[in-house]
Amino acid sequence: MNNRENIIEIKNVSKSFGDKCILNNVSISVKQGEFLTLLGPSGCGKTTLLRMIAGFGSPDSGEILINGTDITDMPPHERPVNTVFQRYALFPHLDVYENIAFGLKLHKVPEDEIDKRVRKVLKMVSMTDYEDRDVESLSGGQQQRVAIARAIVNQPKVLLLDEPLSALDLKMRKDMQIELKEMHRKLGITFIYVTHDQEEALTLSDTIVVLDNGDIKQIGTPTDIYNEPQNAFVADFIGESNILNGKMIKDKLVEFAGHEFECVDEGFGENVDVDVVVRPEDIYITNKVESAQFTAKVKSCTFKGVHYEMFVDTDKGYELMIQDYNAFEPDTEVGLIIRPADIQVMHKERSVNTYEGEIISENKVKFLNAEWECEPQTEFEPGQKVNVSVNFSNVDLIDHPEDGTLEGEVYFLLYKGNHYHLTVMTDHREYIWVDTNDIWDKGDLVGINIAPKDIKITKLDD
Amino acid sequence: MKRFFAQCYIWLLLVVLYAPIVFIAVFSFTESKVLGNWTGFSTKLYTNLFTGDMQGSGSLMSAIQNTLLIALVAASISTLIGTIAAIGIHNMKGRGKQAITFLNNIPMLNPDIITGVSLFLLFVFLHISQGYTTVILAHITFCTPYVVLSVLPKLTQMNPNIYEAALDLGATPFYALRKVLLPILKPGMVSGFILAFTMSLDDFAVTFFTRGTIGLDTLSTYIYTDARKGGLTPELRPMITILFVGILALLIIINLRKARAAEKANAK
Repeated sequence: MNNRENIIEIKNVSKSFGDKCILNNVSISVKQGEFLTLLGPSGCGKTTLLRMIAGFGSPDSGEILINGTDITDMPPHERPVNTVFQRYALFPHLDVYENIAFGLKLHKVPEDEIDKRVRKVLKMVSMTDYEDRDVESLSGGQQQRVAIARAIVNQPKVLLLDEPLSALDLKMRKDMQIELKEMHRKLGITFIYVTHDQEEALTLSDTIVVLDNGDIKQIGTPTDIYNEPQNAFVADFIGESNILNGKMIKDKLVEFAGHEFECVDEGFGENVDVDVVVRPEDIYITNKVESAQFTAKVKSCTFKGVHYEMFVDTDKGYELMIQDYNAFEPDTEVGLIIRPADIQVMHKERSVNTYEGEIISENKVKFLNAEWECEPQTEFEPGQKVNVSVNFSNVDLIDHPEDGTLEGEVYFLLYKGNHYHLTVMTDHREYIWVDTNDIWDKGDLVGINIAPKDIKITKLDD
Repeated sequence: MKRFFAQCYIWLLLVVLYAPIVFIAVFSFTESKVLGNWTGFSTKLYTNLFTGDMQGSGSLMSAIQNTLLIALVAASISTLIGTIAAIGIHNMKGRGKQAITFLNNIPMLNPDIITGVSLFLLFVFLHISQGYTTVILAHITFCTPYVVLSVLPKLTQMNPNIYEAALDLGATPFYALRKVLLPILKPGMVSGFILAFTMSLDDFAVTFFTRGTIGLDTLSTYIYTDARKGGLTPELRPMITILFVGILALLIIINLRKARAAEKANAK
């Protein structure tokens, strides 16, 4: 269906470079006049996607529509979009005026109108009187203003911004954020903004698309994304958060950190494993231990300007982060309260590692592109395809990659209050998830071992 | 003391380097037929050179003309080919890029005599009659790598988004090349052109092997033949002096421009 309100539609776009998948079946609709942000860590595919909209690179599959017209194969100079590049990309041999007039001259706009429009945008970006300046003599912030002026002077249907503020210092960045927001309001054109800065995304956007590793993790308004993250990645990436394993006992009752809590979520079923997110500012901390839902002991307390950031150990041995205006000294016994509405319950993406494998011999099975020793199998013939599952906690990671059955790299880590949940990417670019108490860093190279008894083999259900 | 020896050393070096040229320059202002014989100050050799009142003056003039013409054509074509090649190399990735850069460097390190002989054999093999065309082709061959080498750094320094920014603003690829890429590459192209021009100007070995038998002479081959005929024609002395002064002036201008550009960059 073609929604007339949608100025841009990205439909099932996939892209790979070599064997690395950059975008995996991504679909996004952008409404007329919307400020949409593509947010994610570096390498998540956000810039690749923006460049596709601009016309620098084409998808392997899928299509991109502007105003209902397929522009997937249209060269960049024919597209009704303009881009503000990360490092400004001003033309060094032209002065400020000529830089801004470049696009208008190409479109054969009459000389006097060019003059009028250039002066108007210069005023808009507060760069009046800079017309004759050499662009290389300008500061970073001024160059960025010229770059924005050069793009918006053409009155594009969509303005694409590729981390436009990342090269500026903090103060300048904050000022420019406000100006960008103001500009968006005045111009009324659609902005598509790429950033890895979650705060910037929350400040500027109408809609945020959180991307990780080529997949859309969540699309929503800033408040949705912050208050109701749909998965652990979003919860961890946006703001600070406590992410814990939990169990949905029944509707509106969830158990985590060793206690039962009332919540507002329904429809998960009974006794279902879930992930629970509680923002550090949503845990109420008091001296009154008796009236609290549960108790904890303060481990550390750091002043952060507006608030104090405290780490506490709960009575059931979970570590939580708490932000509060009041300070509680380390070793103080405190009571904690979490309101039902502040508990965000999320479906678990998976509760166990599962792979399709192949029996090699009686006690050898192949999965994740490696051969593993397993308990003697009598049920299965060599060559037979099987289902293999391994619990998160049964995967051993060791320091020396060469000593493991398989080598991998710690790709993502999540602290779950009393253990770490790691995503490890193997040499063959497949993932295995690990629960561990050991401390690893992102990017650590590890060896992966699994004890034969922990490899569970079942018939492939087809 | 150390400083004194260092000073002496550098002056000694400069004297050894420039003595032959100064020697010729000084003796261009005397009439003596034999070099090294001072017969009093005179500008007669200069007058002879320009009025053509000397033996074999016609062939000297045509040699000068040939040299300039060949250098001009070869340098222009090399600049064109070299710039396009540099853009291509810049946009290549990985091993291919390394391989091509390596291949580009070989003709510069290759001894001229080998370039000359192999081109000679190639032209014979292809039955191309040797003359102007072959000399110009040969000069383009060894000049192009220098242009590539002077343009490449300009491309690496350039913000990779600039070309894309032009397309984004509505420029066709050709317009972006003409109005954005070429102006940015111009300094590299100019120094590449000057380099190519001087390389072509003073080439002897390659020209010697590729000029054929139609009697085509450039300055270097003319002087070589002349010197073998028994002594240098005296009028060559003022000509060498003029050439030297000309090149010196060009170098000074280039350096001054560079210094001014650096000053301008520092002032920002």
